Amino acid sequence: MSLGPYASFILTSYILATVVVLILIAWIAIDYRRQKERLRELDAAGIVRRSGRSAVDIR
Amino acid sequence: MTPIDLANPTRFLTLTARLLPWLAALTAVLLLIGLYQSAIAPDDYQQGATVKIMFIHVPNAWLSMLVWGVMSLAALGTLVWRHPLADVAAKAAAPIGASFTFLALVTGSLWGRPMWGTYWEWDARLTSVLILFLMYLGLIALWRAVEDPSRAARAAAILTLVGAINLPIIKFSVDWWNTLHQPASVMRMGGPSLDRAFLIPLLVMALAFSLLFLTLHLAAMRNEILRRRVRALQMMQASQRSA
Repeated sequence: MSLGPYASFILTSYILATVVVLILIAWIAIDYRRQKERLRELDAAGIVRRSGRSAVDIR
Repeated sequence: MTPIDLANPTRFLTLTARLLPWLAALTAVLLLIGLYQSAIAPDDYQQGATVKIMFIHVPNAWLSMLVWGVMSLAALGTLVWRHPLADVAAKAAAPIGASFTFLALVTGSLWGRPMWGTYWEWDARLTSVLILFLMYLGLIALWRAVEDPSRAARAAAILTLVGAINLPIIKFSVDWWNTLHQPASVMRMGGPSLDRAFLIPLLVMALAFSLLFLTLHLAAMRNEILRRRVRALQMMQASQRSA
């Protein structure tokens, strides 16, 4: 596959799209971990939800 | 499970936990197929190999508008029906929409330099998409600046609906004004003007990016629900301490 004289423009586009999508995925995954960690801390402190369920029960 | 059942955040979390692994796998498979088809697509007789940039530019450009459309429906849900998940949906979608808009602008710019001889031109299409990007950033800043979630939700919903005026301007800018940006070649009266060799990879990539949005959006909504649960429990903890 030859990308011709504008290969750098094409490759930069695909690399940039990959990087942005990976950053989005990582940000969402890290945020999920952070929220679960905070819920675990609250559960350890004896805080329960109004329904009586544990804070860490995310269902 | 009916749509009304999904108004309950707990039921929504249960459904999301079941759906996310399947959606993520399907998105990955479609992205791989789309990338393979983009790689083997022939060169365009005018654009040469730079036509490959279109396979990521166009899906991102479509999604930049679609996400704002989703946020506008969510804004109606917040203001009219006070749906408990409406603001969660809008807030979770904004950073994803901003990312797609950023990619549409930058990949368009990278295509424009070899094809138009310039990275940027203040024509109606490019300028209206830049305004869309700035509105995404403004909304994200608004949600972060207002501490009370219900006040932030109402203000963001109004701003989102006002911003929706920009969507038809973006779509029809190439028809209403004399722009450097070419007119629509897929979503147009009389059907797509693209050859199948370009249309198929483009549609596969569009479907893959749409599924990517759905997957990321559901995951980000789950995070936002948990963040609000954390906030509620922290307030409960604070009131127990002060009592």
